[in-house]
Parts: sequence; structure tokens; C-alpha cells
Amino acid sequence: MSEKIVEIRWHGRGGQGAKTAALLFADAAMALGKNIQAFPEYGPERMGAPVQAFNRLSEGPITVHCGITNPQIVVVLDPTLMESVNVADGLPADGVIIVNTSKTPQEIKAEAKLNVGKIFTVDASAIAKAKFGRNIPNTPMLGAMAKGTGLLDFNAMIKDMEIKLKKKFAHKPEVIAGNLDAIKEAYASVKGE
Amino acid sequence: MPQLAKTGNEAMAEAMRQINPDVVAAYPITPATEIVMIFSQFVADGLVNTEYVAVESEHSAMSACVGASAAGARVMTGTSSQGLQLMSEILPIAAALRLPIVLCDVNRALSGPINIHCDHSDTMAVRDFGWVQIFSENAQEAYDNVLQAMKIVEDERVRLPAMATTDGFIISHCMEKIDTLEDAVVKNYVGEHKVINSVLDVDKPITLGSIDLQDYYFEHRMAMADAMNHAKQVIVEVGQDFGRRFGRSYGMIETYQLDDAEVAIVALGSTCGTARAVVDELREKGIKAGLLKIRVFRPFPADEIIQALSKIKAAAIMDRSDTLSSQGGQVFTEVRSALYEQSNKPLLTNYIYGLGGREISLDDIRRIFVEQVEAAASGKVRGPVQHFGVRQ
Repeated sequence: MSEKIVEIRWHGRGGQGAKTAALLFADAAMALGKNIQAFPEYGPERMGAPVQAFNRLSEGPITVHCGITNPQIVVVLDPTLMESVNVADGLPADGVIIVNTSKTPQEIKAEAKLNVGKIFTVDASAIAKAKFGRNIPNTPMLGAMAKGTGLLDFNAMIKDMEIKLKKKFAHKPEVIAGNLDAIKEAYASVKGE
Repeated sequence: MPQLAKTGNEAMAEAMRQINPDVVAAYPITPATEIVMIFSQFVADGLVNTEYVAVESEHSAMSACVGASAAGARVMTGTSSQGLQLMSEILPIAAALRLPIVLCDVNRALSGPINIHCDHSDTMAVRDFGWVQIFSENAQEAYDNVLQAMKIVEDERVRLPAMATTDGFIISHCMEKIDTLEDAVVKNYVGEHKVINSVLDVDKPITLGSIDLQDYYFEHRMAMADAMNHAKQVIVEVGQDFGRRFGRSYGMIETYQLDDAEVAIVALGSTCGTARAVVDELREKGIKAGLLKIRVFRPFPADEIIQALSKIKAAAIMDRSDTLSSQGGQVFTEVRSALYEQSNKPLLTNYIYGLGGREISLDDIRRIFVEQVEAAASGKVRGPVQHFGVRQ
């Protein structure tokens, strides 16, 4: 049963939106017909401290409610985390790591001494700053996720994301177009090994 | 039916919005804060007609709930852990006054040491106060249980308050796909709040909460015991009716692969979902494993448990709380007591686990099942009470 469930771990810093990214991604996956879970690292939130968030995606029902220790996909929202956190922990050899950085996958692989996983990089922070003026890389990372993992149909995801963002930012409509552009830009610019 | 992605807290808040209670009095506490925070936004946005009473403590929250309910209002609140304990003085009064209040409780460890994570100590500590207690395995059940709790408490055979619970963070903060009902459907389902006695009804003056000494106190407590007994039937009726209307049936307990099982896990709440996955895995290997989920802990489903475990050889009774009595956890002591007179009963091992949010993994549950298989084969248990996953 568990082999049919895709598990994802998001690494970020408190306040960066790792939890929001996991929730948004799950929401998008659900809209495309998948069963989902999204949950933060349980505990108090600490601004700036390393935090994690998680997803489960499956075609069938998901009943398990334990923690995720062996994700197939890891998303790193802040590359400086890789100095202190082993982001590849528990990742299988054929896993996927997607990093928010201006560097290439080869550079990241060498610097972080990663010996498992297929690495993708995208400068989500720069995209976020350019498209909506704030260094909150979570939404552009969704575009990179769609490209790097192939889990979700990109066009369907964008369409759904528009609906979700309109609802979520009903009180802040100015950020919606910027977020959507950021997702598209990240999708287009993600680099593989 | 709208399919939504909701956390347990959001699911409970959504059910509260659709019920549209007259009064909510609450004080926020992790991990239940979001329930009343989201609900207060519904109030601010004019989506409900509720009078929201922002109080200065949980003691005041439950006191305000009692007052409002006594006045004839449909009343709800939400809390967790220390908040539930601070309500403790008022909880049995709400039950004794037969006030149909629904409380959304998020199960969290008790201080101390201070801890914000899941276990069932808070809910178990108030189990004998005359409140119906319903545990939810996931966000869907959290939503469904809040709706059903409103039906149960307002049934004239019950008229006792109820708490619908989720597991802190594990369910309260986990977003899942849930099927919700249309607002109009919920409105019709819960119906108008029927006021039986109101302290504000000048045409039918009543006294609530007066002193009640040797002459009648016992009779009133007996009436509560009767109501709790009647609640079993009502809970089953409400759960079956819910299934007929909306496709998801509920009972006092739920069994999974238990009919021909030889070994079983008995658990409450979110652990049941994880256990289901292990049951599937073991069944594929030919091991006859099953799950007994206790959905309702008060009233206690003794007859259902006796029946469900009658053919089981060895069962693990999972307690996410401890009585500290040296006799095991609350679930274990009550299950064992229920089975005492039975000639056909399984070997029981109590696993006290997951205190303060200690992880319970698939591997942990595999190991517990293996120990049941060993017990069934040898006819012996390692010791009736195991503290599982603790460093010693």
C-alpha cells in the first residue's frame, strides 16, 4: 500500500512559507484528482529556524497518519539550510531534490556532497522578488515541482492555482497575478542535471 | 457534495459554521486555536449569526457556554489540554444541568512537563464528567463527528453535552481531502434547536443549578447515568442515519478486517489509520490481523467490544494516555473489565504509547502485531502493561 503513496518533504525556515507551499501543492494535487495530505513539522513555529512540511499524494485513499521519514521528493526553499541540515536524509537513490538557488544542480551536488537523488535547481527567490516583490519562494517552487517531479499536469495546476490564490488572497488581490507569473517562470527556468 | 482540502481544525470550524450556533464562547489554545480563530473570522465576516463571546479563560468559556445553553441557545466551543482542564470545574455542571453543548477538543498532552503535542490525557482526564466523547480518525471524521454530536446532544433521550475530538497536530494540522455537505443540507440536518427548559422563559419559570442534597441529588445523578445509557442507542441511530443520508455510516466502534482475524489492535483516533495500512500489509502476507477502532469512549461500548473481540486470540490495547495506577491506561482497564465475565476473550497486552506526541510509526505497529502473533502462538503475554517506545 505505502509504495503507491508519493511522499514529499519541504525544507524551509520559519516564516518562509514551507507549510503554505505544502498546503498549496496538496490543494493543487487534489484538484487534479489525487488524494492528499499536507502537514507541517508538528510544533511551535520559530521565525528563521529550520522547519519542515510534508505531503502525501496517492491515487487511492491515504489512511496513514505517521511522520514521513523516507520521502521520494525533497524541496529545499532555502539553500543555506544545506550547510546544517542533511536534506537528503532518508531519500532513496532515485529520489528527487529540488533546490531554490541561483546555482546549477552540479554546483549544489558538489557543495552539499549529495550522493543520492536527481537534483533540480531554480532561482525561486529571484523570481519571487521580480514577480511580486518579496522573497517568498514557495509559490514559484510549485512550478519547479511540476517540472521536476512530473506529478502534476502543469496547465491544469496553473488553472487551479489561480482559483485557489483568488480565494486565499481575497483580502490582498494585488499579489495574485505576481504569484501566477512566478509559478510559470519557475516552471520554464528550472534546471536539471 | 463539495470536496475540500481541510485540516482537522478547519473541518471542525467548517462544521461549526454550517451548524451556525447561537453562541460560541472560547479561549484559544494550541493546537485548537485555529478552530475558534477561523470561526471568529466567520463571525466577523457575517457568515454566521453567532454571538461570539471572547472570554479571558477556558473556565469562563465553559461558564458562558453553560449560561447561554441554560438560556436556550445552541452552544459550541473548542479547546485542548490545559484549556479542557481549566474547564474541569464547569464540565460536570454542564452535564448535570443536561445542557446540549458541543465542544471541539483537540487531544493534547497534559502539563507537565509542558508539551503541546498529541496524546489523549486531556480527554481521558474528564471522561467521568457525563460528557459523550467521540474520537476522530481523520479530518473527514472530525467534520462528520461535530455534525453528529449536535444531533446526539439535542436528542431528548440524551441531553448531555458532547466533545468531538481530533488528535493534536496529527489531525488538527493535517490537511486532507474531505467531503463536506451543502450549507442548506447541514441546516436541515441539524434542524431548529429545540428548547426544552430555558431560564429566561417567564411563562415557565425554572431553577437550574440549585442546591440538591441527600433527598434528590442521587436521583439526578441516576438520571444522568440513564441518559448516558440511552446515548448508546442514539449514537448508533444518528450514525446510521448519517450513513443513509450522506453515505458515511458510523457506530460506537468500527472494525477493519476483524471478522476472521486472530490478532488485533484496539485503538482510538489517528493511530487507527496507520494501523489499517499495517493490517493490509499483514493480510497480504497471510497474517490474520484486524483493527478495532473505539470511536465513542463515553458511553463506553462494552457490548460491542466483547462481541468484536470474541474470536480474537491476542489483542493489543493501545492507550495514548496513562492512569498512573500501575494497572494500565484508561482504554485497557475498561476493555479488560468489559471482558472479565467472558469465556471467549483474547489475551490482552496494554501498550501505553505516543505520550507527548511520541511518534507511532508503521514499523512500531508492525512490531506490536508481531508481538500479538507471538502471544497467540505461545498463549502468554510479555506482561500486561508495556510502555511502548519509551527510553528506559
